[in-house]
Amino acid sequence: MTLDLPLIWAGLIAFAVLAYVVLDGFDLGIGILFPLFKQERERDVLMNSVAPVWDGNETWLVLGGGGLLAAFPLAYATILPALYAPLTVMLLGLIFRGVAFEFRWRTVRWKRVWDWSFTLGSLMATFMQGIALGGLIQGIKVADRAYAGGWWDWLTPFSILTGIALVVGYSLLGACWLVIKTEGEIQNRCYDLGRKLSVGLVLLIGLVSLWTPFLGEQFLQRWFTWPNILLTAPMPLLVLLAAGSLWRGLHDYSRPKQPFLSALALFVLSYIGLGISFWPLMVPPSLTFYDAAAPDVSLGFLLVGAVILLPIILAYTAYSYYVFRGKVDPDAHYH
Amino acid sequence: MQALLDPVFLARLQFAFTVSFHIIFPAFTIGLASYLAVLEALWLWTKREIYIQVFRYWIKIFAVTFGMGVVSGLVMSYQFGTNWSVFSDKAGPVIGPLMGYEVLSAFFLEAGFLGVMLFGMNRVGKGLHFFATAMVAFGTFLSAFWILAVNSWMQTPAGYAIAPNGQFIPEDWFAVIFNPSFPYRLVHMVLAAYLTTAFVVGAVGAWHLLRDKTNAGARVMFSMAMWMAAIVAPIQIFAGDLHGLNTLKHQPAKIAAMEGHYEESIKGAPLYLFGLPDNEAGETKYAIGIPKLGSLILTHDWDGELKGLKAFPREDWPPTPVVFWSFRIMVGLGSLMALVGLVSLVMRFGGRIYSSRLLHRAALVMGPSGFIAVLAGWVTTEVGRQPYTIYGLLRTADSVSPIGLPGVATSLIAFIIVYFIVFGAGVFYLLRLMGKTPGAIAHPEPETPMRAAGLMPGPAQQLEKGEAP
Ligand code: HDD
Ligand code: HEM
Ligand code: HEM
Repeated sequence: MTLDLPLIWAGLIAFAVLAYVVLDGFDLGIGILFPLFKQERERDVLMNSVAPVWDGNETWLVLGGGGLLAAFPLAYATILPALYAPLTVMLLGLIFRGVAFEFRWRTVRWKRVWDWSFTLGSLMATFMQGIALGGLIQGIKVADRAYAGGWWDWLTPFSILTGIALVVGYSLLGACWLVIKTEGEIQNRCYDLGRKLSVGLVLLIGLVSLWTPFLGEQFLQRWFTWPNILLTAPMPLLVLLAAGSLWRGLHDYSRPKQPFLSALALFVLSYIGLGISFWPLMVPPSLTFYDAAAPDVSLGFLLVGAVILLPIILAYTAYSYYVFRGKVDPDAHYH
Repeated sequence: MQALLDPVFLARLQFAFTVSFHIIFPAFTIGLASYLAVLEALWLWTKREIYIQVFRYWIKIFAVTFGMGVVSGLVMSYQFGTNWSVFSDKAGPVIGPLMGYEVLSAFFLEAGFLGVMLFGMNRVGKGLHFFATAMVAFGTFLSAFWILAVNSWMQTPAGYAIAPNGQFIPEDWFAVIFNPSFPYRLVHMVLAAYLTTAFVVGAVGAWHLLRDKTNAGARVMFSMAMWMAAIVAPIQIFAGDLHGLNTLKHQPAKIAAMEGHYEESIKGAPLYLFGLPDNEAGETKYAIGIPKLGSLILTHDWDGELKGLKAFPREDWPPTPVVFWSFRIMVGLGSLMALVGLVSLVMRFGGRIYSSRLLHRAALVMGPSGFIAVLAGWVTTEVGRQPYTIYGLLRTADSVSPIGLPGVATSLIAFIIVYFIVFGAGVFYLLRLMGKTPGAIAHPEPETPMRAAGLMPGPAQQLEKGEAP
């Protein structure tokens, strides 16, 4: 039996991107919510709730990019130039928020500046990731193994909508994470924020889902033709189920983990929905992941490493979260 | 000026700018991570409080530098696709998996244990904390290993075949990774990182010794750094020589540019100390050199024969003046480093290492020398590889993305502005941290306003509270 290496790698890259979205999602979300918390002490708690883990979270983005180059070089070589501007702004945003973790403790006079750098950097990065997602869904023009579209192709009402949706989504993840990591006044406000954001997110997911099928013939076929519909019809139902669980979690204060887990479920479901639309495309409308795949020698070589190293990575990442488990307690000089 | 309107040139400029900023941070963190691991090991071994004090002093500096290294590195991993998409498509099957291994084996390791290293002293106990520090150090080394395998493969490609669609297809992974220039480059770069760190630590030690030569922390730093300089700088010169001989074998045109030789063939070539190489005129003007020394160094024979640039097609010449001068800067600094190391040995055995103001001043001035040498070395290597991205096989002009001039120009300007603001502030904070007197326990410092304002200790800041369990 021979392994279908491109398929395995498509699965692994999809996993890396999903891991990135949920992990860096909540710490970018905290960055976006930052200005809503005005007191110094509150801000310290917010920042310290992610300070020990943000770097590990962001590494999934490097794996997504690096993995794409390794496994699907043609996808890497067409998507990145197509999304040149949003990705550049995203990188600059990630610089501003990344350095803020250290810089804001190193100065008094400029502390406000780095607080804003944290917030605006997070916001820029998130919005641009959403735009990039929208830009990919709506399709990238490829001719002769190269990007063949224009400079502004990525900017459309649809990509702006996905940008907004991601900002709301990450903020929700951030609020739900803080529900787990904090107590008292901060936690109460996060419950409240979570409720507002969850309404927004569910509406936006609905809007994006209704719009997507009209962006490409394949998407429409995929969702609304028999017998596919047997597979696709339960998706909206599952989304509603997750939304219901989120809503209940945000009202039942005895289960602080439920909102975060339900929000995760929403993300995973949306992601699966995207997968259903895309399959087997990688760069819509023309490149499948088989077209874009590197030769089997490359895929096989890196797969050996992935199979050995990914479980180890997951183990020590889990360990690191375990070390820093529990509430952020400012008075105990947490960290 | 014409060049500034060429999208290929701007893409090169953007890559050179962003990678040059990036390398500054790893050059320091690779060495500093190992230094921290050594300090912590010494503390666990000897139980002497001073080692953990010095550890706490440098870990804050490490945290700030590492953060900047991470965000500037993230930019790098996307540059290949945004600006060099044709290169990425063609070379992806070879270099992609190597960079994939870098992420899986190095970046996750660093990032995963960094949290425990910076914030975990009270939560995990001494043994595990030391383990985390060691893992971070090991991760930085692995990172250098893989990325240098990539870079070396681009310099001296091996173990590949070319597919009908133009892609490079790996045939023998061992040959790809351990390509001819890789062992030399890895050794030379890791030593460079250690030297860079040694001279920064040495300069900080010297600065505080100049103000108070009894400061115990400053003494530890200075002494350790000078040992490093005395031992590693000569080894680095030796390794650099071997590296050069290897380059002569695989990239003779680059060596011709580094040496400023144009004549098709010369026996007993001089070693130019000064000169203005001129590709237009095809000669090095105003050259001042030592007769025959060039041949001696490169062929180990006074009358050995060397090829000059004219032995190669004109369209394969690199921009010679840049290569010529950056090489001289690196070698000059390397020689000065060895000299400082030697003087420190003399002072040490004369019992004056903590009191010689001359040595301390010299070490202070040499503080940034590692960074400059590293940058100069990389400029030699990379500009000397021109006009190819994959030496002899893929030209730089054929590697670039189909992005128009306005796009590349805008992003380049944005990177320049953001990098100078953000990393400028970062360097300022680093210098301020380095200005603090080490050994806060022996010489209690007044509560700084910074800490009074923040109710909680910043990342790594709690480590200075002396919370050893
Ligand atoms: C502290 C830094 C440092 C110091 C003191 C030196 N170098 Fe170096 N050199 C580097 C840091 C470096 C580097 C940044 O690590 C480079 C760039 C790429 C590489 O492989 O190493 C490099 C490249 C480099 C190359 C280019 C190889 C190529 O492109 O193929 C040569 C020939 C030398 N070095 C030789 C020397 C010699 C003879 C030195 C003696 C004084 C020396 N270096 C000191
Ligand atoms: C970190 C230290 C490095 C520095 C300071 C450095 C410096 C430079 C410079 C100055 C250039 C411009 C050369 C020119 O256009 O004339 C360049 C180009 C380039 N370098 Fe490096 N480089 C470094 C590492 C790397 C590594 C590790 C890789 C590969 C993995 C790499 C790949 C490239 C590529 C693809 C280009 C663009 C094409 C070109 O102009 O050659 N560089 N680099
Ligand atoms: C073009 C080439 C390069 C790329 C694409 C690149 C990519 C990256 C990325 C993505 C990170 C962040 C990792 C994280 O999230 O934790 C990083 C950090 C790092 N890089 Fe690079 N890098 C390049 C050149 C180099 C070179 C030449 C070296 C050393 C020889 C190096 C050594 C490191 C190290 C040690 C780190 C850890 C963070 C730090 O020390 O600041 N990199 N790099």
